[in-house]
Order: sequence, then C-alpha cells, then structure tokens
Amino acid sequence: MIPAAFEYSHATSVEEASKLLDKYGEDAKVLAGGHSLIPLMRLRLAQPKALVDINGIKGLENIEVKGSKLHVGALARHVDINNSHVVKDNLPILAEVAGEVGDNQVRNMGTMGGVVAHADAAGDYPTIALMLDAEVVTNKRTIQAKDFFKDLFTTPLAVNEIVTEVVFPVANGPHKYIKFRRRLFDWAIVGAAAQKMNGGWRIGLTNVGPTPVRAKAVEDALHSGAKVEEAAQHASDGLDPSGDLRASPEYKKHLARVLTRRAIEQAG
Amino acid sequence: MAITTMIGAKIHRREDPRLVSGEGHYVDDFTRPHTLHLAVVRSPHAHARVRSIDITQASKAAGVVAIYTHKDFAKVLSGTIPVTPSFVAEKNQIPPHFPIADKEVVYQGEPVAVVLAESKYGAADAASLIDVDYEQLPAVMDLEKALDAKSPKVHSGAADNLGWDLTYIPDDVAVMKEADVVIKQRILQQRLAPTPMEPRGVLAEYSRGDGTLTVWMSSQNPHFVRLFLAGAMGLPETRVRVISPDVGGGFGSKISPYSEDWLVPAAAKLSGRPVKWIETRTESLQTTTHGRGMIFDLEAGVKKDGTLVALKVIQYMDIGAYMGTFSAFQANSCLLSGGAYNWKHIGARTVGVLTNRVPTDPYRGAGRPEATHLCERMIDLLADAIKMDPAAIRRKNFITDFPHTSHFGLIYDSGAYEKALEKALQMAGYEKLRKEQEEGRKKGRYLGIGLSSWIEICGFGPSAGTAPATGGIALVEAAQVRVFPTGSVAVYVGTHSHGQGHDTTFPQIVADTLGVPYDMVELHHGDTAEGPAFGYGTYGSRSLAVGGMAVHKASKKVVDKARKLAAHIFEAAEEDVVFEQGQFYVKGSPDKRKALGEIAFASFGMNLPEGMEQSLEAVAYYDPSNFVFPFGTHIAIVEVDPETGNADLKRYVAVDDCGNIINPMIVDGQVQGGIAQGIAQALYEEVAYDDESGQMKTATLTDYLVPTANEFPMFELDHTITPSPTNELGVKGIGEAGTIAASAAVINAIVDALSPFGIKHIDMPASPDRIWKQIQTARGTSHDGKEARR
Ligand SMILES: Cc1cc2nc3c(=O)[nH]c(=O)nc-3n(C[C@H](O)[C@H](O)[C@H](O)COP(=O)(O)OP(=O)(O)OC[C@H]3O[C@@H](n4cnc5c(N)ncnc54)[C@H](O)[C@@H]3O)c2cc1C
Repeated sequence: MIPAAFEYSHATSVEEASKLLDKYGEDAKVLAGGHSLIPLMRLRLAQPKALVDINGIKGLENIEVKGSKLHVGALARHVDINNSHVVKDNLPILAEVAGEVGDNQVRNMGTMGGVVAHADAAGDYPTIALMLDAEVVTNKRTIQAKDFFKDLFTTPLAVNEIVTEVVFPVANGPHKYIKFRRRLFDWAIVGAAAQKMNGGWRIGLTNVGPTPVRAKAVEDALHSGAKVEEAAQHASDGLDPSGDLRASPEYKKHLARVLTRRAIEQAG
Repeated sequence: MAITTMIGAKIHRREDPRLVSGEGHYVDDFTRPHTLHLAVVRSPHAHARVRSIDITQASKAAGVVAIYTHKDFAKVLSGTIPVTPSFVAEKNQIPPHFPIADKEVVYQGEPVAVVLAESKYGAADAASLIDVDYEQLPAVMDLEKALDAKSPKVHSGAADNLGWDLTYIPDDVAVMKEADVVIKQRILQQRLAPTPMEPRGVLAEYSRGDGTLTVWMSSQNPHFVRLFLAGAMGLPETRVRVISPDVGGGFGSKISPYSEDWLVPAAAKLSGRPVKWIETRTESLQTTTHGRGMIFDLEAGVKKDGTLVALKVIQYMDIGAYMGTFSAFQANSCLLSGGAYNWKHIGARTVGVLTNRVPTDPYRGAGRPEATHLCERMIDLLADAIKMDPAAIRRKNFITDFPHTSHFGLIYDSGAYEKALEKALQMAGYEKLRKEQEEGRKKGRYLGIGLSSWIEICGFGPSAGTAPATGGIALVEAAQVRVFPTGSVAVYVGTHSHGQGHDTTFPQIVADTLGVPYDMVELHHGDTAEGPAFGYGTYGSRSLAVGGMAVHKASKKVVDKARKLAAHIFEAAEEDVVFEQGQFYVKGSPDKRKALGEIAFASFGMNLPEGMEQSLEAVAYYDPSNFVFPFGTHIAIVEVDPETGNADLKRYVAVDDCGNIINPMIVDGQVQGGIAQGIAQALYEEVAYDDESGQMKTATLTDYLVPTANEFPMFELDHTITPSPTNELGVKGIGEAGTIAASAAVINAIVDALSPFGIKHIDMPASPDRIWKQIQTARGTSHDGKEARR
C-alpha cells in the first residue's frame, strides 16, 4: 500500500506540463484527481518514475456552452459537473452521471479528463462521450470519441499529450442513465444510457466490454419503429463481456438488455 | 429508597467525543525514538517450496538496516503459535506453526522474510527487491477435495488433510423414521474477512539493559498475548508489557496471536531498536484470520402437524493451512444446531479440514451465526414442506421450560422465545405483510418475509467448561476497584473494549454499586502492567456477563470494607449500618450520614478498626456458574426484482433479549452493527480464491464488498427482558446477537420471495447474479438465451 519512489513536479500551464512530460518520456504520468492513478501506484500496479501534477493549471476546470456544444474542462471535478447549472441545462444526463460516480471523496477529486484518459471499462463518462459523438480535445489535436476508446485502459494519447477538454453536443431531451451496482459508491456492474437527440435515440452501455459500447442495433431498431421492449433485446448484440466476481458474461448481457429497456422507458 | 440510577440509563458513550474528534490513540499513533519500520515479504503462492531467498539487492537499498528470515528468528523465538487444545476432544492433526516459513509456504501471504528500514517507504521498497525462488506445489483450495485421499497434502509429507473428526452425538435413524417428512439440504457458509477499520499493528521495544519488552498492539486480548509472547521469547511475564490502546474494531480477528506479534518483538530484540509494523488493507484481507468457511450437510424431519422430530448435522470446517488458536471453538455450531426448539433427537458431527488458505478463527458470532443459519433455514424448509406458516411452526416447537438441558448437556438459563417472536411479528405487521405479499405476486412483485428466531451461548465462561478447552486457563474475569482519598474511583479490568463501550457501561455498574457519581469512575483496560495479574479479553459476548460481574463483585468488596469502617466511625454494630445511594448511616438515625467518599478519606487515616489496613481497594475474580443464552426474533422484509435478481432489503425488524440492560443505547448500537455484518454475509461479502492458482481474488475493498450505511434501511429495534438467573446483574450478552440472527432472516426472506418459482434455498452471498441464475434455472430458461418476457 506504499507506492514506489517517484519524482513530482507541478505545472502551471499546459505547455509546461507537456515539456515536463517530454523530459521524463514514457516513465511519466499526468496527475489529475489521483483517484485512479494513486490507488494503482499504492498497489504498485503502476510505478511511474515521475508525476506531472496539472491541478494548478488555470482554466482547465471551466465548464461552458459555446453554440450547440458543451465544453467540459479536463480538470472539472465530478462534484462541479454534478452541480453545474450549465451542465444541468444543456446536458442534464451528464450532471446526473457525475452525481453517481464513486462517493463524495471521489467526486470531490476525480476529473473529467482523468476518467476519459484512464479509459477504465467501467468509467461512466466514456459511455456518454461515445454515444453522443463527443470530442476529446488535447494540446495537440481533437479526437473523436469513437476513435479514442481503443481498448481497456488504451487511448491514442501520446506520452506528452494532455487532455484539455471534452466537447459534448447540447442535448436536453429525455434521458436516463441506469447504473447497476451493489453498493452506492461502486463502479457499474453494467450501465445503460439513453438520450433522445435530434429526434432519435442514442444508447450507450458501460462495462460490457473493454471499451464503452454504443448500442447501434437498439438505436436502429427504435428508429425503424420497433417497440422499446423488442429494440432493447438488441442491446447485447455482438457483446462479448468478460466475467468477474460480480457478474458472469451471460448476466452482463442480460443486464444490458434489461437496463437498456428500463433506461428508455424511464427517460424523462 | 434504594433506587438504581445508572444501570439502565440511556447515556451517551463517554469514549465517543474523544474517538470521533480524532483524539483516539491507535497503535500507529505511538512511536519510540529510533524506531525501525518492518515490512513483511510474503508468499505469493498458496503452496510452494522455498528454494532460496536472495537478499543481495535488498540489503543494498537505501535505509535498510536488517533483513531477517527463518534462521534468524529461530534463534530468538521458541515454540509455535499456540492452539487451544481441546474445544474438540479428538484432534487428529495440528500442523506446527512457526511464525515465519522455512522451507515450505502453505498459504498466500505467509511470511518468508522481514525487512527493517529507517522508513516505512524504505522497508516497502526493499521488500520488493527480495528475490525468493519458489517451486510451486499443488495447492488444496477446496474443502471437499481436500478430504479425498488422492488429494495433494496441504503440508508436504502429511498423511492427510484432516484436522479433526468428532461425533458429538451419533444420528438415530429410528427416530428420523418417526417423521412424516424428511428434508435434506446442503448449506454453504462462505469465508468472510473480518475487516476491522483499524488493521492489525505492532510496535515493540526491547530494552537490553533490563531485559524488558514493551509491545503496543491492536488486540482484543493483551494478557493472553503477554502470556504466549513471554513464553516464545523466554522472558518472565513480569518483563513483558503488552499495551493495547484504542482498538479500531476486531470482530474476533484480534483475539488470537499472529505471526507478526512474534516477529516484530523478536526483530526488536535482534536489531536492538524499536520496531513497528502496521498492516496494510491487502495484508489484512489476505493474512488476518477469516471467519466461517463451512459446509453443512443437513437432514431434518417433521411430523405433519408441525412437531419437529430429528436433526442430523455434519459440519465441514475449512481450517486453513494452520489451525487457528481458537479454530475448534467454531464447532459450537453443532452444539447450538437445534436452536430455540425441542427436537426429539439431534445427531452432530464436526470435521475440520486443512486447506492452503489463511487460517480461519472466530469472527463475530463464531459458530453461532452458522448454527442459527442452518437451524432457521431447516425450519423454513420443513414449514414449506408441510405447508405450515413459518411463524406457526416456530411457535409450536419453542422450548418453554427453563432451565432447559439440551441434547448436548448445555443448560439454557432462561428464555421467553415466543414473547420475542410475537413482539417482532407485531412490529413487522406480519399478517398485513402476508396479504401484501399475496397481492404483490398477482402483479409480478416478489415480496419476501424472513424470520430468524435465534438463540446463542455466550459469557465464556465457567471454569469447569473453559479451563479444559484452553489448556488450563479458565476464562473467568478479573477486576480491581480502587477508591482514591477524595472518592474518585479507578477500575481496572482484564476485558478490552474495542467498540463495545465498556468505558461507559462498567462505570455505570460501579456508580450504582458504590453509590458514587458516574463521572467519578474511570475505567482502565488494555495495559498488562495495570490491574490484576491476568485478564481474559473481550470476545464471545463475555465482557458484561463475566467482566461486568467481576467489576460488580470487586465493588461490593469495597462496600463491605467501607461498611466495616463506617460502623467503626459511627461506633455502631456492622449489622446496624445501612448503605443506601452511596451513603452510610445507622439504622434509625438516617440524618447522620457519611458518603462513600468520606469513608474513603477516612480509610487513608489512622482511625481504623483493629486489624484493618488502609485504603478502600479490592480485587475480584468472577467465575460464572453457567454460560448465558440470549435470544430473540429478527424479521427481514425484502423485495426481489426477478428480472435483475436484485434483492432489495426494505425493512428489518429485530427484537432481542439480552437479559437486563445496562445501557439501552449501547445495546442498540451493538445490535445495529451486528445486523449490518449479518446482512453483509447474506448479501455482499465473500472471500474468493482462484481454485487453480490459490490467489485471493478479493484482496482490496473494491472487490471485497463491505456494505455501508447506504445499503441498509433503518433497523427497527426493540427488546424483551428476561433476566439471566446465572448472575446477580441478570445480564447476558449482546455483542454478537445481530450477526447471529441476521443472515438467516435475510436468506429466509429471499427464499420466501422466490417461492413462486419453486426455489427452496439460496446460498450466500445472495448476489443479484446468483439469484438471477437460480430464477433462470427454476424457469428452465438458459442463462444465455434472451429471456422470455413475462
Ligand atoms: C472508490 C472509487 C470509486 C470510483 N467509482 C467510479 C465510478 O463509479 N465511475 C467512474 O467513472 N469512475 C469511478 N472512479 C474513478 C474516478 O472517477 C477517478 O477519479 C477517475 O477515473 C480518474 O480521474 P482522476 O482525475 O482522479 O485521474 P487520475 O487518477 O489523476 O489519473 C488517471 C489517469 O489518467 C491520466 N490523466 C489524468 N488527467 C489527464 C489529462 N488531463 N490528460 C492526460 N492524461 C490524464 C493519468 O496520467 C492517469 O493515467 C472511482 C474511484 C474510486 C477511488
């Protein structure tokens, strides 16, 4: 429970952070809220030689609407996303999801950028980002969500690349995220999200594979007029989730179908 | 005018302001000058031969002072970690347990080396540089496979994996034949990790100058640790001082001594510097003894009219790789398997089995939750088989005459089982719930109501029953009461509160017995250098019924002496002196009074009766005449979502009877925590190992699901009061009651909810995944097929 030794530096601008990362190369890691990275370091599953702390970079915590887009800064904390009126008005599903991440301690520290960059299969924001065609903006480029979540804990980010914000479309129609879990502060065993947007449905699933999943088959079925109940049966099409202590693969697929139906039915 | 004021008073816990404001003192809060930090290198394998240990790299690491392995410790430690010899009379095999492995490791987490460094960080870094060459050996992870003669052996070279095999009472086929219906059921008790909030920890200082050893550790049982440690280190007890400061929970896991309790003091002696080790959470989950870990094969018979006939119990207990110090204690599941009921016959056999896992030992309830679970499950199964209401079958078969001698020779001191049941049924609104259940089912809602009419045995214990079991030391209890010249009172006890609130309840008893203000009484415990020669620790819900009685007895000795002195001062005959509400007066002249404090002051003076020594001070050892048997009825109300398999605990009603109550608030607190841990077993917690590799899969709190207050409804609590005739205070025990009762109530409720599917039993934890699978099987739907919609 004690991390291996590491160097620590504190950046005040994205440029400085990028330079520091260049200096340390492969062995360095960005430190944001620390609520994924530090547990891994304490278990010595991650042993970075250096941490570049980006918490002092001003402006990265901003949340604002520009045109039809909601810009959420990489350092926006879960608690701020949850409480933000801008988010509540423009993408209420995101505010609701943020309120269900971990517990108070996690929500006070964890960040949008951290969740996205970490790309945990059970992360909640990636599902929303993927199904809504969000964009991940870095100090170097803009990456479409569908190109970003490549595999478990795997993204196209280069070692000196820093996520600066995630840009979502504004969508304030009917929506629901159902997170199935054992304890209130647990990660999702399976999560299902439904968002009405531009007259159609967007459906996303959490923790049913190495990356978030957009349930296109469900969206299409709904589009062609299928009943919710029938459409939701397609939620497990093509899924091949791995089993774990809390759920077998079959059970996860079953939950994907049930939760998808409920999310659409309960969307308000 | 003799009125009790403090006993029964619902006062706040005196220790809480200190504990909740960060002013508590736990082991890690203590330090000594020049302390070294110890890290343990542990086996990553469940079973392996240690070929060699290379410390070259580690020795060169910054801040490393010493690295010790088996050969070093063999020089300063003798003997093995003790095992109480005879809770079970016929022991087959007790593998010797030296605190650190030599040539063979037998469970994941077993120590193989320790590093001493100037900092905690340095120690952890160097530990990761120690290169141990292991040759993996086949591991035996499964209790049933372990019994197979062809199975690999937990300890190479052993004849078998059998720890013990004892038949208490053989089963009686003829009696079972008298039953109209016989049900067979296997019930699993998963392994649980006790997970106290404060993990274990040891700080040891050995003084070469005077050959004394001082040890700070998180223990429920400091005097026993001193006894054992003195023996292992070859020191007289008088030179060993064990201080267990505030203890952040134990739940039974801090009763027995552990490897580190030996290794840290030995390392202090070897290195000549104080040494500290604080367990990490993963170490706690992997190496602190686990609880439960049993399989029960059961058979029970009933007559059509609901009369219970016979019960047959075989308990298979997963001992782990070494026998826990109090491992065999858990065979008490057999002794209490009949529960609160009259059975014509009970047959019981216990089988202890070695496996390549961490040892099991008592965990809150230790054998009694398992007994309640098996009994209350079988009662429900029998009720279902003869279509009788679960409340009715209980009512019909309750033991009603006390004292009651059980099939196993235990004497149940007092009880009023039906009274507690009726009260719980009334609180729950049982009839109404049954109607709601029926209505709900028509709409596809699956409500379940689960009863658990529990009993237990606690207050360990009478010397005749306990001395043989521990190998000579009777589990009586000691107290010393000292009155200072101005009337303040210090009380020293051998029990050691780790959440039970003794700082509050014991002074409540003393305040009443001595008639002094509660605020003038202070409790001291946890330091073997203070108080009577020996103390017996806190576990098995024994502290009040045994320790509280010792306190009461010592207080009465003080009163007796004070009365003699008062008589002398009043120049009256002792028989004529009245003691009331802390004041003495002579019969007939109640206006002339002397308070106990005044007598105390006088006791340090010169005007004493012939032959009386100065001071008001007394030591008492209390040896109870019997155990005590608390009881009650708990009712759980759940709703199962048949689509997801999620069981939602909607309400929880508990009526408990622990005899007279010293402090109702503390009793409620104990019951609440206990229920939470019972529900945790029913729905959430399970230590899981990979059967192939022997690796623990639940070594963090992300994977080991300890529930929080978020997961529980408000518990609805009440009591009945049936005083114990065993002791003068009429008290029993309540520390484990909630846990003993709860798992059965919850599982019975879930099975009740699922009865329309034809489901008769579900094992724990009843996770949504497991419930869903069982519903699928019952419906005949395949698990992977898309579910046919209702
Ligand atoms: C008990 C607990 C429960 C949790 N439950 C949930 C849950 O239910 N749902 C959920 O989604 N999450 C959950 N989390 C994770 C939590 O949301 C984390 O905060 C989050 O995953 C990581 O964000 P962070 O800001 O803490 O990142 P850090 O831990 O600081 O970093 C995580 C990783 O991302 C990298 N990184 C961080 N920021 C950037 C950036 N701007 N640019 C490039 N790389 C970056 C880091 O280098 C590191 O590799 C939980 C965590 C805990 C401890």
